[in-house]
Amino acid sequence: MDLAQVLEIASCTDPGMVRSHNEDSIATDPANGLVVLADGMGGYNAGEVASGMATTVIITEMRQILASTQPNQIDPRTNQTIAARLMREQVLKANGSIYQAAQSQPQYAGMGTTLVVSLFYDNRVLVAHLGDSRLYLLREGALRQVTRDHSLLQEQIDSGLLTAEQAKNAQHKNLVTKALGIDPSVEPEIHEYPTRPGDLYLLCSDGLCDMVEDEEISTALQALGGNLKLAAQQLVQMANDNGGRDNVSVILVRILREYPGARGVMAKVFAWLK
Amino acid sequence: MAKLILSMDGLVLKEIPLAKERTTIGRKPHNDIQIDNLAVSGEHAVIVTILNDSFLEDLGSTNGTVVNGNPIKKHFLQHNDVIELGKYKLKFIGEAAQAASGSGDKSDFERTMVLRPSALRQSNEAPRSSPGASRAAAVQQAASAAVAGIADPRDATRTVPPAPQAASAPRQAGQPLGAIQLLSGANAGKELELTKPLTTLGKPGVQVAVLTRRPQGYFITHVEGAARPNVNGQQIGPAPHALKDHDVIELAGVKMEFFLKA
Repeated sequence: MDLAQVLEIASCTDPGMVRSHNEDSIATDPANGLVVLADGMGGYNAGEVASGMATTVIITEMRQILASTQPNQIDPRTNQTIAARLMREQVLKANGSIYQAAQSQPQYAGMGTTLVVSLFYDNRVLVAHLGDSRLYLLREGALRQVTRDHSLLQEQIDSGLLTAEQAKNAQHKNLVTKALGIDPSVEPEIHEYPTRPGDLYLLCSDGLCDMVEDEEISTALQALGGNLKLAAQQLVQMANDNGGRDNVSVILVRILREYPGARGVMAKVFAWLK
Repeated sequence: MAKLILSMDGLVLKEIPLAKERTTIGRKPHNDIQIDNLAVSGEHAVIVTILNDSFLEDLGSTNGTVVNGNPIKKHFLQHNDVIELGKYKLKFIGEAAQAASGSGDKSDFERTMVLRPSALRQSNEAPRSSPGASRAAAVQQAASAAVAGIADPRDATRTVPPAPQAASAPRQAGQPLGAIQLLSGANAGKELELTKPLTTLGKPGVQVAVLTRRPQGYFITHVEGAARPNVNGQQIGPAPHALKDHDVIELAGVKMEFFLKA
């Protein structure tokens, strides 16, 4: 199913006001309803390499597989949708590629990347994430953070050591507890949520949410919802106006109408014929 | 280890390392830091230290606790903070500031780093020769280096406040406030102050533009609709257009004037 008519996607990435390199990487595949955002880390240009590998591996592998499978079918072995299994496999594959490169080439040693991936299919969104890149949802005028960071700060908030207010001024915002490519194996956090027409999804790197308050993000998205491209640029600009101390990347996805997946025998035959 | 420097009238009395998780401050002798002064309550305040972070909490003292001139109930201590208790002053010296002693790289302040629980655990054990352990130690070192970088006295946080909220306050304080006055239409004469970072104008579905408030000034940008708005009789381009004092905007058939308030 071609989702390019159902999803409106806009994205923007910028090195910010301080950094010379952009270690963020974004990729979108509107036809398959797939968007990927990664925020790389590691010395010299290794961060760019890691985030670039993550987005490339995931987008190309998923594109190939989605061309011949129905993501909404149930996998009899795991009782999950095929999409959930695919997503996990591809994230692990990307992890392996980055880890191997980091091991085999000294200039890439220690590189890694955060990741947030969303796959839209069958009126729902499948989200996998690692680290502090986030997915937000603007629905009926309210902005909600969908993913929860894998970061030291979030852990401290969860355990009650810090309040959300104190966290805004905390100094170790940059320490993530999970990332892609650091260890030989990793377990991404994967969730699935139903979508509704009119929903606006925002994927962003920490360069946005560290510099711009959630309220301001919400205002900008509501004011500029009629023009997603402009909204994406505005968010990046707001981060830069507030100092832009990190790379900033955003991907916006709006659900224009329902997109139920194909079901039943005919769908299977059709998939098999392809 | 983070420490406090106790002084009175500019005279350094002693240095107190924050070795415990809870360090109590008060007049009574059972406190970790005893300050024998009537302005100090029996149990005045406590400093809770977790890893590299220290929090100061006032324990309902009679005369209150003041940090950098502001009375506080609870405060996240940062390098060089000065706690005032009556005539006494306690200066907080962050751990990382001592370790780094100027070698911290402030460009690494916001750089995302991985902190692995395994790395923390392994650094506590005896060093092992497996490559995994040495790599973990390297990550741990890198992580502590990042932490070291953040409390560097020359740190960016001193000049650029970390919270965007804080950052936006001075930005807007030094900037003249803009407003628009409607010149035609049903609400002619009405005035609208542009206090928000974003203000939308026009009718959804027909023609919408947005006015953005930025450090450089105000900008108008076309959002939706077939025609773009006019500024001083000229149609604007697709890029944001900088507004000058007394520019006349025409949008969805309504004329309005932009002006800066003194």
